[in-house]
Amino acid sequence: MSLNNLFKQELKVVNMGLKSFANDLKSQDVKVIQLSWKPKAGGKKNMLDLLGKLKKVK
Amino acid sequence: MQTIIEKANQEALEIIQNGQPTLIGLGIAGEVIPGMEKDLFLHAGPPISWERMSGPLRGGVMAGLMYEGLAETPEEAAEYAASGKLRFDPCHHHDAVGPMAGIVTSKMPVWIIENKTYGNRAYCTLNEGLGKVLRMGAYGPEVIERLNWMEKTLYPILKETIEIHGPIDLKVMIAQALQMGDEVHNRNKAATSLLIREIASSIIKTSFSDEDKIAVLEFLNSNDHTFLNLSMPAAKATLEPAGKVKHASIVYTMARNGTDFGIRVAALGNRWFTAPAEIIDGLYFPGFSMEDANPDVGDSCITETLGIGGFSMATAPAIVQFVGGTPKDAIRYTTSMYEITSEESKIYKLPPMNFRGAPTGIDIQKVIETQILPVINTGIAHKEAGVGQVGAGIVHPPMACFEQALEAYVNLLEDEGLLED
Repeated sequence: MSLNNLFKQELKVVNMGLKSFANDLKSQDVKVIQLSWKPKAGGKKNMLDLLGKLKKVK
Repeated sequence: MQTIIEKANQEALEIIQNGQPTLIGLGIAGEVIPGMEKDLFLHAGPPISWERMSGPLRGGVMAGLMYEGLAETPEEAAEYAASGKLRFDPCHHHDAVGPMAGIVTSKMPVWIIENKTYGNRAYCTLNEGLGKVLRMGAYGPEVIERLNWMEKTLYPILKETIEIHGPIDLKVMIAQALQMGDEVHNRNKAATSLLIREIASSIIKTSFSDEDKIAVLEFLNSNDHTFLNLSMPAAKATLEPAGKVKHASIVYTMARNGTDFGIRVAALGNRWFTAPAEIIDGLYFPGFSMEDANPDVGDSCITETLGIGGFSMATAPAIVQFVGGTPKDAIRYTTSMYEITSEESKIYKLPPMNFRGAPTGIDIQKVIETQILPVINTGIAHKEAGVGQVGAGIVHPPMACFEQALEAYVNLLEDEGLLED
């Protein structure tokens, strides 16, 4: 389906990531499913560093 | 090719899957628990001093002192406990586990569980029933009277019963109970019934009076949690050998003492990673509220560490009437636990999950990566010593336990030169 045709029909949106994107669509009466999503390790830098080190295990 | 971590975790999981917890008999704590002495009281959770103990733990210690004949009144008991004459150590340091306060004293009768695959043993006291009980921090005369009856009547009859009956395979019994609506932490109705059905004729065959045998059968039947004190040491006996696997990032202990929550990880041996225990979100008995609640307490989350209990709540929908939520929540809890575990149990199958195996082998890497915490269902004790249970609910360990453990784990691997620069 071409992109132009996609926007001519009712959109069914799944949002992965920041909830504000989903809220913007909702406020325009667009149906949207917000995926339960969290950044890896909650985005905590020290924990991401530790997990990164474990990827280098022999 | 597998990394050192993958290989170690696979070994730990094999040990957990192959464990064969079996009830082999009963004994007196002071005679059978390794390192048990008259002046030593065991307690739930990670190590703690009398000064830092919460109400239910203190209440349990006071009840234990009166039961042991070391104090006559609660005041005397509190004075004795603070005097330094008594030593405290976690149940987990002595191959034992204890529900709620988890107090074990040398006179107490205990179940003896053997992991037939690896030969290690685990111990747990007999469940006292509901209401005013030592494990909830109560220490009134009825508590001491019941403990004495358990020692003088219940224990000798059950000991002879198991001698007559022979060993009981608890792995099969737990697997069966999971098919019957128990998760064997806060719902043990089916498992307790299966146990009674198994041993009833052997109780009748013992050499004691009919009156005492009837009293024992009635006591076991009156308490749905009779089996909890078997599911806990069964889980402990299964997990303990996995705790000796070098480099494995699998959790082999979760436990709380009412002040701190602690975890232990296989690669890091006996080292505890602790953080303040949480207040429980749950249903409170009439007249009580969250204001009355003590923080999370007890060794019973050894069941969740194995993948049963809260991890298997999907199979026990009726439990939500006790701990809060809906059957849909129970399925959601179990589903999310697959995100932080390594395998599915080969024997503990959950019918509402299309017979998937229980989520098994908590990996600290997965907990940190997903930020999903283990789910535990639990009883709630009153924060004051002497009151007892005030409700039940759902709780999680603090994330800080897993963060500290991951840091120590990476440091260990770095120190051993196992990480590439």
